Amino acid sequence: MNSAGTIAICDYGMGNLRSVEKALERVRARVVLSADHDLIGSAAGVIVPGVGAFPEAMRRIRALGLDGLIAERAEAGVPILGICLGMQLLFESSKEHEGSAGLGLLGGSVEPLTAVGLKVPHIGWAPLRFEAGHAEATGGALLEGIVEATPFYFVHSYVAHPSEPGELVASAAYGSRFSAIVGRGNVLGAQFHPEKSSAAGLRLLANFASICAAAKLGPALAR
Amino acid sequence: MSVLKRVIPCLDVDRGRVVKGTNFVGLRDAGDPVELAERYDAEGADELVFLDITATHEKRETIVDLARRTADNVFIPFTIGGGIGSVADAQSVLDAGADKVSVNSSALARPELIGELATVFGSQCVVIAIDAKRAVAEPAVPTAPPRWDVYVAGGRRRIDGCDAVGWAREAAERGAGEVLLTSIDRDGTNLGYELELTGAVAAAVAVPVIASGGAGEPAHLAEVVLEAGADAVLCASIFHYGAFSVRQAKQAMREAGVAVRL
Repeated sequence: MNSAGTIAICDYGMGNLRSVEKALERVRARVVLSADHDLIGSAAGVIVPGVGAFPEAMRRIRALGLDGLIAERAEAGVPILGICLGMQLLFESSKEHEGSAGLGLLGGSVEPLTAVGLKVPHIGWAPLRFEAGHAEATGGALLEGIVEATPFYFVHSYVAHPSEPGELVASAAYGSRFSAIVGRGNVLGAQFHPEKSSAAGLRLLANFASICAAAKLGPALAR
Repeated sequence: MSVLKRVIPCLDVDRGRVVKGTNFVGLRDAGDPVELAERYDAEGADELVFLDITATHEKRETIVDLARRTADNVFIPFTIGGGIGSVADAQSVLDAGADKVSVNSSALARPELIGELATVFGSQCVVIAIDAKRAVAEPAVPTAPPRWDVYVAGGRRRIDGCDAVGWAREAAERGAGEVLLTSIDRDGTNLGYELELTGAVAAAVAVPVIASGGAGEPAHLAEVVLEAGADAVLCASIFHYGAFSVRQAKQAMREAGVAVRL
């Protein structure tokens, strides 16, 4: 099976995958929802979704062999977008529950959200502040047409701490400031749910589809 | 910075059709909940709540179908309530694309349901809906603080010995992530939310409270946030009948000093 020109949503059984799929279809992206290595391996872009606990997500991803596949695709230059827990999985490790190693595509760790006096999980809309990484080509392209301070919809108890400040594309605040969009080259992540963030979220997904269509791929893609 | 307060249109749905009247111009089909939901999304609604009041055996299929069609077309969070009585019921609407489920009479009948749902899906997916009505004061103690009884079946049946504030507290402790609090006394009156009830519940629980029942003008939305501590406001007729758009309501809230997404 081949899915050239499509965006593959990795289906490892956690999260509201249907909403991500429908939002991408709304912005006229071709999309497949699958754990199939051939489909994900031949896609023009890969989305790592997810809702739930980090260690369980990594267990499922490893059991399906998706950890190696996602890393291989990232290495080949295929745009990767992690959403919510999926963004956290891109990092090296998490302190959630018993702790777990992540996919390690971005440097840094995932730690509890510090929100003294506020209710956790953080659920709701929060405006973005653009950070240094915003100037970086791919991360910036994700925000094409989106103005600073636009609110997006978040549901999370943990936050990612990129080790490289330049990999922080946008932040939001809830008790404390945290990573909202991260990125290095073709590896991107959003802590919020673009598929639930109304017109701005759809725009961000459309931007990701454009990034996928324009991606320059290394020789490793020839499969 | 302050957390943005949410404005949540509520749609009552019977056999897949919006029940409360709508007189929007420009809708192809004013009775289609999904088309109305898209309209509210475009106007700036922060979330949506669908309460399914279908009383037929096909209820389960109708709410799953509603969740699926909504997720196909509406890209803001939405809650489905009315007929969620088990983890399996919740699973089917969440799989279809809903973000949360709300439970009311099924949780009163079996409070353990709240904990079961929270364990499987997380508290952020579980909304406890409470319909409250002010209890008549005991003639012997006219100065006693007010109390509110809990009702089910659209306000027709009172639950004996169930205090609304206490039930809200218990439900939150059992794992409900949010309280959707409707004042039966104010519902449909356009007189504004019941501030005393909302304030009492907001003070009693550590989870967000969605005020419901009585909104007649945008000033009421800001009032219940500023004076009673509501985290979100639920509205039905104020929007359905086209008196105010969601955007107008949110602009009025911002002018009154409430941080909203505009």
